[in-house]
Amino acid sequence: MIQIEGVSHHIGTAQILRDISTSLPEGRLTALIGPNGAGKSTLLRLIGRLEPLQAGRITVDEHDVARCPTGCLARVMAILGQQTAIASRLRLSELVGFGRWPHHQGRPSADDHARVAEALDAFALTPLAGRFLDEVSGGQAQRAHIAMAFAQDTPWLLLDEPLNNLDMSHARALMVRLRGLVADGGRSVAMVVHEINYAAAWADHVVAMKDGRIFATGAPAEVLTEEVLSALYDASIRVGQHHGRPLVLHHA
Amino acid sequence: MRLVPALSMALAALMLASLTVGAANVDLRGIFRDPQAMLVLLESRLPRTLAVTLTGAALSVAGVLIQVLVRNRFVGPDTSGTAEGAALGLLAITILAPTSALWLRMGAAALGAMATTALFVTVIRRLPPREVMLVPIAGLVLSGVLGAVVTFIGWQTDLMQYVGAWLYSGEFSGVIAGRYELLWIAGLAAGLAWLAADRFVILALGQQVATGLGLSTAAVMRLGLLVVSVVTAMVVTTVGMIPFVGLVVPNLVSRIMGDNLRASLPVVALAGALLVLACDLIGRLAIHPYELPAGLILGVLGAGLFLWLLHKRPSHG
Amino acid sequence: MDRSGWMLAGLVALLAALSALWMLQGLGAGNRGFVLGLRAGKLAALVIVGAAVAVATVLFQTVAANRVLTPSIMGFDALYVLIQTTLVASFGTAAYAGLPAGGKFLSEVAVMTALACLLFGTLLARGGRDVPRMILTGVILGVMFRAMAGFLGRIMDPSEFAVVQSVSFASFNRVNADLLPIAAAVTALAVGLALRMAPRLDVLALGRDAAVSLGLRHQALVLAALALVSALVAVSTALVGPVAFFGLIVAGLAHALARTARHRVLLPAAALIAACLLVGGQWLFERQLGQAATLSVVVEFAGGLFFLYLLLKGRIR
Ligand SMILES: Nc1ncnc2c1ncn2[C@@H]1O[C@H](COP(=O)(O)OP(=O)(O)O)[C@@H](O)[C@H]1O
Ligand SMILES: [Mg+2]
Repeated sequence: MIQIEGVSHHIGTAQILRDISTSLPEGRLTALIGPNGAGKSTLLRLIGRLEPLQAGRITVDEHDVARCPTGCLARVMAILGQQTAIASRLRLSELVGFGRWPHHQGRPSADDHARVAEALDAFALTPLAGRFLDEVSGGQAQRAHIAMAFAQDTPWLLLDEPLNNLDMSHARALMVRLRGLVADGGRSVAMVVHEINYAAAWADHVVAMKDGRIFATGAPAEVLTEEVLSALYDASIRVGQHHGRPLVLHHA
Repeated sequence: MRLVPALSMALAALMLASLTVGAANVDLRGIFRDPQAMLVLLESRLPRTLAVTLTGAALSVAGVLIQVLVRNRFVGPDTSGTAEGAALGLLAITILAPTSALWLRMGAAALGAMATTALFVTVIRRLPPREVMLVPIAGLVLSGVLGAVVTFIGWQTDLMQYVGAWLYSGEFSGVIAGRYELLWIAGLAAGLAWLAADRFVILALGQQVATGLGLSTAAVMRLGLLVVSVVTAMVVTTVGMIPFVGLVVPNLVSRIMGDNLRASLPVVALAGALLVLACDLIGRLAIHPYELPAGLILGVLGAGLFLWLLHKRPSHG
Repeated sequence: MDRSGWMLAGLVALLAALSALWMLQGLGAGNRGFVLGLRAGKLAALVIVGAAVAVATVLFQTVAANRVLTPSIMGFDALYVLIQTTLVASFGTAAYAGLPAGGKFLSEVAVMTALACLLFGTLLARGGRDVPRMILTGVILGVMFRAMAGFLGRIMDPSEFAVVQSVSFASFNRVNADLLPIAAAVTALAVGLALRMAPRLDVLALGRDAAVSLGLRHQALVLAALALVSALVAVSTALVGPVAFFGLIVAGLAHALARTARHRVLLPAAALIAACLLVGGQWLFERQLGQAATLSVVVEFAGGLFFLYLLLKGRIR
């Protein structure tokens, strides 16, 4: 379980997060939703210790994020940030290979190679493995970054808008795979999604944020209602039903 | 705005101080009874004071213009390859026609400055438009590359001493009557810019607005290029390049009174004169009776000011 | 052997051939021992400087996650010059000259390492989101350090004109031979440590977020790399003076030739390429063209143009 207690965050004089307390359940797929600038990325980055914690406490499976050595945390959670541009010119296979780094520290074993191959295969990247990052499309590069986080093989997977740049079929394939990791692999996933219907279709738990505060949490059926969503996005939003799950209708 | 009178008073006070400070003691009260002191005053102190004032004022105005030309606040005539261009022109004329007349050398310097500044402006126009900080970096590197060429030619032709005086010293200790008058041309050029101030304001608004208002941007750009080049060439020829004045003074003034050049150019000129004069005075007093070049003091002070400008929080928004 | 292995072997062979050419070509009958000794000293200096500049640049580019930067563009060498001048100023010229060369150099390296880690560590940590502003800050800091060094030099010795000049230009001709053994030792140590860090550097090159996510102790590694960069810059600056853009060419070539981001290959490749360029270039200019002073200028000129080219292509990151 990820436990967040009394977390606040400032950048300069601007208050980005205001006294946030919540928990993300283990063995579930959690979707973080909310308008642009709500603080979703910031919260995810704080959990993933990409940003130093200013106030409050965060633990991931009992590991205190502020105290635990970073190398140890890298075997507990993998985080994929929103900005993935990197300066060095790497082949896709090399990039995904770095996902194994926390386990081998520069000396990959046969097992590591096998897992890299598995990750490449899982995201349909095997034919592109020898290409450089700047020689593939944005969506393919995005999949390579996800594959890298996947190869890290951690109990927790934190993804910030992983569906960016992905076409419909790859987006769905990613969700199916994440669902499978949670259901069969006993892993836990927390992800920021903008397309509410992906959260509606695949998530077990939804955390809605607005203006640096938690706006609502709970099961999709509780959070993804006309009332909550309309207040969350300051727009009148209609919600229907499809196969027993909420379906947000965009055509007003 | 009460800025102009205040700055004028301060400048007058510093100019008076500048007239009295130096190796020989000059008492302004008894000046008419002391022919020796009168001679020092007219031959050395007054020319030096005027030279410093003109240089500071003209370089600051040139700074405003180059910033308008490339539409970026973080450049100055010393970081656009302009001074190096003037030095190249001077080197060329010195090598090709060592005995040529003064006006020819001046012309060569101005031409060289114009060529390299035009090169800079062309390079800038090809940069990705949203990358504000790339412009000054490109300017600094271009200056560096041109400086390497100048230095190389200077070594090869044994003219390194001149190159050093043009580009790397920036001091007023050698100024006497008869050796600084070119700077009046720089002052005149700056005055010319003031006459066209409104045009430069419109140019700064961008090609579309300017065309919409019926302004021929090409002509205004040429005028700006001319003024920047002439000012820089005159300064390089007479006292050597002074760093950072043209960069920081326009920024400081613009922060206080905005960019309506008709109102702000006089303030820019006054503030520039004040800054350089203050640095020259510090240079004269710091290790008296020796002198520190004003350019060196400005190198430290100006860089500090620039870093502050670069990192200060935006005043609004 | 894989592709990288063959490439490194080829570079080693090329360097060996160039070294042999340098040592043996035109060796007359008389006084062979003396000439060979002289040539060997210079060869060693060129190789050391090449390796130091190359490794420092690659390390720095990795730390800054940026392919257009070199430590010199960011003001490292100017900082070293300033430290040197400050130490001379605080001990007094005569007293300082009397100290043993090796001890002086090592203490300069120590001060440099501490200061550079503090200054550039902060700058890199703060500048992550706005790379161009960070570069500009570094460049201006360099200008400021250089001016401060000139300033101190002037105060120490007001009649000296050459101080400001000598801190501005590199020369592969006037190598400081006293320092060769200690410089070789520092370089070997730093390069060895860099190679040991190579796998972690590969992760660092993924950028801060990815590196932290993979469990790298990011801050510590950045500081360690900056410390190595400082020591290497101190070596090259002490031996030949500031070389701003050479590293840029070398790192660019190394990336192009190695076609891998693995530092275990990149670092030695860059070092070998740099050594080959310097030895070959010096041979060409000194022996064939009789223009011993030219190499540094040509290298700087070409490097500066390469930098402008990268800027124009929008390759700032
Ligand atoms: N470097 C920064 N400087 C200032 N404000 C920032 C910075 N990064 C993010 N913010 C602000 O923090 C708030 C939350 O940002 P973020 O967590 O990225 O939002 P989200 O991912 O929910 O869209 C936004 O209002 C944004 O403007
Ligand atoms: Mg976000």
